[in-house]
Amino acid sequence: MLTDIIGGVFILGGLFFFLVGTIGIIRFPDVLSRIHAAAKCDTLGALLCLTGLIIFNGFNIVSLKILLVLIFIWVTNPTATHLIGKAEYIRTNLHNKQDGVK
Amino acid sequence: MTKILTFAILFMSITIIGSMYRAIKGPSAADRLIAINVIGTKTIILILMISILFKEDYFVDVALVYALISFVASIVIANYIEKLGGQ
Repeated sequence: MLTDIIGGVFILGGLFFFLVGTIGIIRFPDVLSRIHAAAKCDTLGALLCLTGLIIFNGFNIVSLKILLVLIFIWVTNPTATHLIGKAEYIRTNLHNKQDGVK
Repeated sequence: MTKILTFAILFMSITIIGSMYRAIKGPSAADRLIAINVIGTKTIILILMISILFKEDYFVDVALVYALISFVASIVIANYIEKLGGQ
């Protein structure tokens, strides 16, 4: 009963951050600000939702695999976000440089 | 636990539909790539929630492989956008 309440609070917090990230992706006017909203949605929402699932499940091998998925998401998603931001910056600002200096 | 997980699965599906709007309409290629990346993360969380709800343990491995493939796809498309701007 207590694990249901604590895990439910964690999952509802994660759903709140997913909702905020989706509204940011839809409403923001620029590519870089949309990347900002999407990174919040990826890291904090995934952390809260998967922590809630681990609390629901208890301590066994499935919880260890869920923790592995969480660590993998935390390593890879900021890397992908950084690469998308760099590609967009190069695509936008490459023709603005003068004499090879940005 | 069942009610909370069912509500969470329905809510996550609605947010995936909201992200799909940006993936279809987005003006540049980077917008679509951001939306696809977020949809991939939400799909991983959705598979894990279904795995806990139905007590099917092997769906966790499916989620792990999906995370790997989604990361590789994002990296490759980001490199393609960068090369396209470099010309």
